[in-house]
Amino acid sequence: MSTPPTRPSGSPDPSDPLSGFNPLEPPPGLDPTPSAAVAPPVDPRLLVRQEGLRGYVDEFKRKVRGGELGSLPVVIGLIIIWLIFSLQNSQYFSAANAEFIVYYMVGLGMLATGLVFVLLLGEIDLSVGSVSGLAAAIYAVLSVEHHWNAWLAVIVTLLAGMAIGGAQGWIFAKIGVPAFVVTLAGFLAWQGVMLWLLGSTGTINLEPKALNALFSGNSYFLGGDVAGAYILAGIAVVGFGASGFLEQRRRRTAGVPARPTGELVARTVVLAIGAFLVAWILNRASGVPNNAVIFLALLVICDFVLRRTTYGRKVFAVGGNIEASRRAGISVPMVRISVYAISGTFAALGGLAIAATTNAAGQAGADPNNLMMAIAAAVIGGTSLFGGRGRVWSALLGILVIESINAGLFMLGLTLDIQYMITGGVLLAAVVVDSLSRRTQKSSGRA
Amino acid sequence: MTDPVAGSYASALADGEPVLALRGVSKRFGAVQALTDVELEVHAGEVVALVGDNGAGKSTLVKSIAGVHTIDDGQIVWEGRPVSIHRPQDSQHLGIATVYQDLALADNLDVVANLFLGRELTTHGTLDEVAMEKRAQELLDTLSIRIPSVRIPVASLSGGQRQVVAIARSLIGDPKVVILDEPTAALGVEQTAQVLDLVERLRGRDLGVILISHNMVDVAAVADTVAVLRLGRNNGTFPMAGTTQETIIAAITGATDNAVTRRAARATWPRAEGEA
Repeated sequence: MSTPPTRPSGSPDPSDPLSGFNPLEPPPGLDPTPSAAVAPPVDPRLLVRQEGLRGYVDEFKRKVRGGELGSLPVVIGLIIIWLIFSLQNSQYFSAANAEFIVYYMVGLGMLATGLVFVLLLGEIDLSVGSVSGLAAAIYAVLSVEHHWNAWLAVIVTLLAGMAIGGAQGWIFAKIGVPAFVVTLAGFLAWQGVMLWLLGSTGTINLEPKALNALFSGNSYFLGGDVAGAYILAGIAVVGFGASGFLEQRRRRTAGVPARPTGELVARTVVLAIGAFLVAWILNRASGVPNNAVIFLALLVICDFVLRRTTYGRKVFAVGGNIEASRRAGISVPMVRISVYAISGTFAALGGLAIAATTNAAGQAGADPNNLMMAIAAAVIGGTSLFGGRGRVWSALLGILVIESINAGLFMLGLTLDIQYMITGGVLLAAVVVDSLSRRTQKSSGRA
Repeated sequence: MTDPVAGSYASALADGEPVLALRGVSKRFGAVQALTDVELEVHAGEVVALVGDNGAGKSTLVKSIAGVHTIDDGQIVWEGRPVSIHRPQDSQHLGIATVYQDLALADNLDVVANLFLGRELTTHGTLDEVAMEKRAQELLDTLSIRIPSVRIPVASLSGGQRQVVAIARSLIGDPKVVILDEPTAALGVEQTAQVLDLVERLRGRDLGVILISHNMVDVAAVADTVAVLRLGRNNGTFPMAGTTQETIIAAITGATDNAVTRRAARATWPRAEGEA
């Protein structure tokens, strides 16, 4: 078949090699399809959202019924938790307690943020608790015992966390050992390294320097000035509103569907009420702790990376379908290694934050409870254990739940046994909600 | 065979040189000779159906073109010059897009994200969602693909819709040849018709299409040329116009080696290679 056969009669002019090629015109003889002439009709089965508030409420109801619960269960849970503890102890609903919750949530929140990346791949990192303890020990040994510059020690510590995470990711991605086993080994081994570094004393007291000073309990944004909290709230609201309206304008110019203005205004107003309320409450105590400012800034950056960059798209793709990612030219091992490196870095950062709350790096730094709390926070916040679904904000929501419970139990003077039972119950409830909503999503064709 | 197909078959061949040609391609797996001296040609604006029984070597041939396997012998000629394809990326860079049977779409991502996966449009290092959504909508419109919205997760699409999304995805890189592996295998009547419409539209856009199918009705409906593989060898190449399904089935099953079918093949297609 090296030469074309004789041409059947009735063919187009052979001198024109492009005969039959015109994208706007069907080739000769082909049934002319109405592709360009008629706009494709909207699928009649598709439920189209109406404009305005009514449509928004309808769509919200439909999403909830379809199992797309989003942040709803955790927000309801949070309100119930606050109500219960406020009824038990009038001191619970106070500015001082809010400040306490916000300050103590940061360390575990950072572990949970790193875990969100790992959970998005559908994997798990059991080593974050041990890595966080080890990071605090590394920092303490370098800055206190070896008198390194504090910032240099911070950088080396974070790099160590990144290297540890990357190494675990490499063993998982390149050698093919299940991540669960690799990080379980890390869970034990890094705790051992931490104990070895801390030596016989078991505890090294830290000096309030560098990042440690920012993470410490008496460091507030703008020195705790009343304006500080409102400035932060203002930045958040203006940034959120502006990005929403810019996006809407770009979409309208390009002629693709955009969010209606009413919805954007409603979302911005809700955020404004929440942000300024929190700012007002924290101002009635001492202001916004600097560690919370750093935590929120990191969440904004991570959210941007995950939703707006090709890297984030790769993470979601690998979490959704490994084979599809591979065929799309995504290097699955590189995504896995980098995600574990991110998890390790956040674990190290969280370790520094946790150490700063007690101003010491001690053997309790690698408390296995920290690991469980961080995983629980990510899952409670709405990041699926099954991969491919979640947001970094779930780390914030989840850790708020965990710390609200911890603060309440602490205030009621409940013993450790009760605390463990309640936290375990909350974690189980979160996973059950995750599994149930996934099942509902499947049956309504959304998963 | 209806006139339209014969007409476009001719128009495809007006441009004499094939966009993709395989010359004497062989592939061994250990002791198994999967392909022996296989020849195949695809012209722009031509739909070549690649048919054959299970184990005939269709998948191996397609994977060799797609870069999943490397050929042991023979030549792959792209637009008149010999090329070597060692990796899937080589094939993609030439302009060959492959849609595999398992569609490999990420269920959790929406249609736009799936269409552009691995080839995202960016501005200032960030995803340009607006441009991607616009281009996705335009692409789906020109192909007359009807899906409820480009912003719903692929998980909520039907089988037929997923298939057309997978095919549309292969067109994002502006390929010249599209390979479809069993595109209608799991589809219902209506969805099959949609996919076949889409194949015709690809031909209308002057793409070369290699269609692997077991379904003779589909093959008869859209193919210009039928290439039959049997036990890793060419067992005839027929123009769809004027060839009966019986002839093709005979070539597939190997019952071609009798006087009647040889005669029939000679009568319609002088260059039939049934005696290979």
